[in-house]
Amino acid sequence: MTSPRHLLDFEGYGRDDVLSILDAAEAFFEVSRRPVRKVPTLRGKTIINLFYENSTRTRTSFELAGKRLSADVVNMSVAASSVKKGETLSDTVRTLEAMQPDVIVMRHGASGAPHFVAKRVRCAVVNAGDGTHAHPTQALLDAFTIRRRVGRLDNLIVAICGDIAHSRVARSAAELLALFGAEVRVTGPRTLLPRDAAALGVRVMPTLESALEGVDVVMMLRIQQERLGGTRLPSLREYSRTFGLNRELLGLAKPGALVMHPGPMNRGVEISPEVADGPSSAVLDQVEAGVAVRMAVLYRMAGEGASNPAEA
Amino acid sequence: MLVLHGGRVFDPRTGLDEIADVVIEAGRITRIGRGAADGLEGEQVERRDVSGKWVAPGFVDLHVHLREPGQEYKEDLASGLRAAVAGGFTTVCPMPNTRPVNDTRAITESMVAKAKSLGLARLLPFGAITRGLKGAELAEMADLRDAGAIGVSDDGRCVMNAAVMRRALEYARTFDLLVTQHCEDHHLTEGAQMHEGVVSARLGLRGWPREAEDVIVARDLLLAEATGARYHVAHISSMGAVRLIREAKSRGLRVSAEVTPHHLLYTEDAVLGYDTHCKVNPPLRTEEDREALRQALADGTIDCVATDHAPHSSLEKDCEFAAASVGINGLETAVPGLLELVRGGSLSPARLIESLTSSPSALLPDVEAGGLAVGGRADVAVIDPDLRWTVEPEALHSRCDNTPMLHHEVTGAIALTLVEGRVVHERPA
Repeated sequence: MTSPRHLLDFEGYGRDDVLSILDAAEAFFEVSRRPVRKVPTLRGKTIINLFYENSTRTRTSFELAGKRLSADVVNMSVAASSVKKGETLSDTVRTLEAMQPDVIVMRHGASGAPHFVAKRVRCAVVNAGDGTHAHPTQALLDAFTIRRRVGRLDNLIVAICGDIAHSRVARSAAELLALFGAEVRVTGPRTLLPRDAAALGVRVMPTLESALEGVDVVMMLRIQQERLGGTRLPSLREYSRTFGLNRELLGLAKPGALVMHPGPMNRGVEISPEVADGPSSAVLDQVEAGVAVRMAVLYRMAGEGASNPAEA
Repeated sequence: MLVLHGGRVFDPRTGLDEIADVVIEAGRITRIGRGAADGLEGEQVERRDVSGKWVAPGFVDLHVHLREPGQEYKEDLASGLRAAVAGGFTTVCPMPNTRPVNDTRAITESMVAKAKSLGLARLLPFGAITRGLKGAELAEMADLRDAGAIGVSDDGRCVMNAAVMRRALEYARTFDLLVTQHCEDHHLTEGAQMHEGVVSARLGLRGWPREAEDVIVARDLLLAEATGARYHVAHISSMGAVRLIREAKSRGLRVSAEVTPHHLLYTEDAVLGYDTHCKVNPPLRTEEDREALRQALADGTIDCVATDHAPHSSLEKDCEFAAASVGINGLETAVPGLLELVRGGSLSPARLIESLTSSPSALLPDVEAGGLAVGGRADVAVIDPDLRWTVEPEALHSRCDNTPMLHHEVTGAIALTLVEGRVVHERPA
C-alpha cells in the first residue's frame, strides 16, 4: 500500500507510517538542539499555513518547522468575519493552488474542511485541526513524547479526561494509540462525552478515579469557557472538584505515570499547579516535540527525494 | 385516441395487476383490459407498445420544494414540474418555505395559475401553518384552501409551541386541511449536522438525535387525538417515530406518515468522507432505523413515499460540510431508488406503486388522482423497470444535481408520463 499523500486524520495510516514519522522526528529533535537549528531539506519548497481559526501555538510551531527545513513559509490568517463577507473555501483554495504550493497546512473551524480541500488540490494537505474532528500532529507529538518519556508506545493504558465530545485532540489520540494496542479510557461529565463514545474505540469510565486506576499516561483536556453557563457544565468550580487532576488522584495511576496536556492549561481547573509543574508533567516536552514532529510531517509530505532528513 | 399496448397494468385501488391495454380518449381512460385495444386502428389512434413495462397511475408527491417564488436559481415551477413528470409524478405538493413564504392567498393563487399554464404536473400547494413559518400566529387557512392549498405545513421548521400546534390542528380541522408537521425539536438539534451516533462521533460533527423527532411525534399524536385533526408526519426517519405511529394507528387515529427514498436507501455511513450531497434534514440514520422504515412502508404503517425534493445549487453544496445546506434532489431518482428495494425483496411492486399513488392521494380526499379507472383522469406513469442509466447532470431536468446517486448507474426509469392524456414526458427509446 502506498503511503497517504495527505495527513488529514489517521485513516489509511498504519503503525509503520507513524513510526517512520516519529523516527524522523527524533532526528529533527536533535537538529532543534544544535546551535544552528536549520537544515536545507525543503529548500525551494513552498508551504502555506492557512489558518481560519486563531492559534498562536500551532501556527508558530508549523511556521518554525517549515523554516527550520528551509522551506518558504507563507502564513495566511483568515478571520471568520471576512469569510462571511465573500470568498468561499473552494475559491480560496483554487487561488492558493495557483501559487503552486507543495504543502497546505490548514486549520479550520468546520470538521472535514481539510478533506474538502484535499479533494481539490494537487499538493499535500496537512490538517492542523478541523472543528471537533481531528488534530493529527498533536497526536503525533503526544506519541513522540510518550515514547521518549515512557520508553515505549505499545500496549499502554491511557486515560483522556475532559470535554471529549468537542475534542479533536482526543479523537486523534485515540485513533493513533489504537494502532499500538492501547487501552484508551475517557472520562468526564456525560454532557461532554459523545453519545456513542465506543465508536471512537474507547472505554467510558464513570469517574476520574476509575479512569486513573493503573494508567501509564493521563491526558487532561482544556475546558473551554464557551461550554460554561449553558447546559453542559454548571461551573468550573464543580468541574474542578469532580474531574480536576491533583497530586492525590494521580497516586491512583501507575508509579511514574505521565501527565499530558495539549495546552493552554487552565491551572486550578482541570489540572492543579503542583501536578502541572511536577515531575510527572510532560507539558513542556510536548511543546518542544511539536516543532520536531511537524518537521517530520512536512518532510514526509514535501521531502520526496531528499535522503537523510537531518543532514541533507 | 392513445393506446398503451401490452404493459403490466397496476391499479392499487382495485388490486389490478395484469397484462392489459389502456385506451385513453379526451384526457380520460375509456378502456382497460386484456385485448381492450384490439381492432382499434386508423389515423386517430396513436399506439405505444409498452410491453415489458409497468403502467401505473401518475404518482402523487406530498412533499416537494420547487423554490419558486424566490430561489429560481435552484429550481422554478417550469424546471421542477418538468423534473416531476420525468420522474413519473403527475401531482406534486410544494411546501410553503418559498421566499416570500406561501402563507397568503395571493401567493398560492399565483403558483397554481403559473403551474396550470405550464401544462405539466398538477400543482397542489401546502400553505403555511403559521405566518412566515414563525410558529406564532396562524396563517389564513381558509383563504389558502380556497386559493388551492390542500394542506398546511411549516416544513423546514417545526411548530415548537404546543399551544400553537393545538390551535393549528383545531383550526385546520375546521376546513378539513391536512396538517403536515416537520417533526424536529429545534432545541435538541441546535447546530446539528447529521444523525447523532457512531459516525457523528467519528467525524466530529454535531449530532441530530432521533429523539428530537420522536418527542414531537409523541406530543403531536396526543394533540391530534384531542383535536380530531388529520395529522401527517413529514419525512419520518426514526424507528421511535415509526413505533409511535403504529401505536396511534392501532387505536384508529386519523394520522399518517410519509418516508423519503433516501431514508429508505441510505444510512449515516453515507456521510463518511463528508459528502454534502448526503446532508439532509432529518438526517440519514442507522441500519436499524432504515430497517424499521422499510418494514413500516411494507406493512402500511407508513402510508406513502414522498421525495422531499430539495434542489440546491453548488453554491449551497460545494463547500465545507457545516456550511452546506440540507436537502436531496429526489423527483427523478425516486423510481430507480425504490426499485432497488423491490429487487432486494423488501418492497413488492404493487406496494411500491400504491405508496406512490393511491396511498398519498387518499390523504387528499377531494383530489382525483392515484388510480387507473375507466372514466377517470388519464394521469399515467409508464415505468421501464430494467432500463439502466447514469445519473449525470445532463440526464436530469431539475436545475440541480444534489443527489448521492450523482454519477452512479441506476436501474429503472420513467418511459412515458401522461397528464390528462397528454404526453408530457417520453424517454427516447
